[in-house]
Amino acid sequence: MSGPVFSGSLELAAGVVLVCAAVTLWRRSLNAIVKTLAIQGLALGAVALVLGIHQHDGGLIAVACFVAVAKGAAIPTLLRRVVRSDPTSREAAPLINVPASLVGAGALTLFAFATTAPVTTLLPTTAGRLIPIGFATLLIGFFAMTVRRKAVSQIVGLLLVDNGIALIAFLATSGVPLIIELGVSLDVLLVVVVLRVLATQMGSRFGGFDLDQLRELHD
Amino acid sequence: MSASGAVVTSVAVGFVQVLVIGIGGLLLVGLMRKVRSHLEGRVGPPIHQPMLDLRKLFTKERVRPDHASWIFPAGPVVLVATVVLLAAISPLLTIHPPIKHGADFFVVVFVLLIGSVVLALAALDPGTPFGGMGASRAMTIAALTEPALLVAILALSIPARTSDLSSLVRIGLIHPQLIASPGRILALGAFVVVILAESGRLPIDNPSTHLELTMIHEAMVLEYAGSDLALVTLGEAMRLSFLVALLVNLFAPWGVATRPGAPALVIGLVALAGKVALTGMAIATFEVFTAKLRLFRVPELLAGGFVLAVFASLTALVVR
Repeated sequence: MSGPVFSGSLELAAGVVLVCAAVTLWRRSLNAIVKTLAIQGLALGAVALVLGIHQHDGGLIAVACFVAVAKGAAIPTLLRRVVRSDPTSREAAPLINVPASLVGAGALTLFAFATTAPVTTLLPTTAGRLIPIGFATLLIGFFAMTVRRKAVSQIVGLLLVDNGIALIAFLATSGVPLIIELGVSLDVLLVVVVLRVLATQMGSRFGGFDLDQLRELHD
Repeated sequence: MSASGAVVTSVAVGFVQVLVIGIGGLLLVGLMRKVRSHLEGRVGPPIHQPMLDLRKLFTKERVRPDHASWIFPAGPVVLVATVVLLAAISPLLTIHPPIKHGADFFVVVFVLLIGSVVLALAALDPGTPFGGMGASRAMTIAALTEPALLVAILALSIPARTSDLSSLVRIGLIHPQLIASPGRILALGAFVVVILAESGRLPIDNPSTHLELTMIHEAMVLEYAGSDLALVTLGEAMRLSFLVALLVNLFAPWGVATRPGAPALVIGLVALAGKVALTGMAIATFEVFTAKLRLFRVPELLAGGFVLAVFASLTALVVR
């Protein structure tokens, strides 16, 4: 893959990851949020694929396919089942309203770009210059977890954090070894399965998915 | 070519551009209504209907409120004057506009804002409740779109190292790969949101409604009649076509005249008309499938535009 095509497609895929993170804060419908997460997973796979093709690394291409299937299809399908069992399926009242949290996402992105400046000077390649995008995705994920109330949106926040970390890993080290990436992704898949069981239990016990209404643990 | 000859040519170019934006704006409004009617299964008025409406309005009696001051008649005139000025100096048909380096992006933004502010003042002037309500809503939206627009401009200016419109269009022609860069694509998203808001199109304001709860722009111009209303209609149509023409020239500059001379200008005109018509049809199709947002949801959309603009300029800074 030639230079400009490589850097252009890498920038584009990384940009899609960041925009998807912002869109999860923007949309209220849980269905749309899960769909956005699926697109982000595919974009993350595309980042790994572009890097793999550029470096002629078969392992990285395999990781890319695995990431795309796990984060672009498997996890969103699991989440969609939870959403379907939720009668309202909307993020009705986040702790911070949508315009303010979007501006917050912009501020977090600025913060990410400012704080990762030393890292990007250490690694002045195309991939290295995009590391702030991964960090911004991570911060937006934390932000989504703190301001959203529904169980599904908090899981999505967690997955945004994970996607941000994975993006940084791909860009900084040109891909972690296949076995580690498999382990991490399966770990996340397991977390989603556990959270799904938890959310379903919540739904059947309390008839809702609002985590703020849970004050204490019962057996 | 002598100096006076160059002046004559550039004045002629400016004049042609104003004519194109004026007539093209009315035709664009007609075309968008036609596309909309077709998709809704109606025949719809002919494409030149806005021109007929305008001619009718100019012959009608002009009624002005008794207590209105000079601001009220000045509003439509200033609105049209700002767009005429911008249409004359911007690189629309050719990248050699009449005034060299006259059409800076920031100049365009603030001259457009003069038109909006004077129209809002004119709406407040007669002291009717609808005018005040419309003006307050319009100014709320303007206050939210303006920062998004200014930040989105940065995304285009940083890679080009200039905010001069002719240079931006020329750079788009020389380096087509810059157009597909992620910063540009994000900026395009922000610009589309801003243009829909500035020209009062559907998800933000419904241009064909007169329902008191929802209207924004129509509430402002409710007191106008006759030739005043004709000027407001013309100004709004020109504003829409100017913004769309600027958008297509910045993000798809192919066809714009790079050399002086009539043949290049004609090619530029055909290309611009085609691109603007396609964009207008796309907007109209989008409007058929969209409902107007609740007024309290509009800030969410505009904040989304602002975040896109922030991302765009950050990406432009990083990618460089």
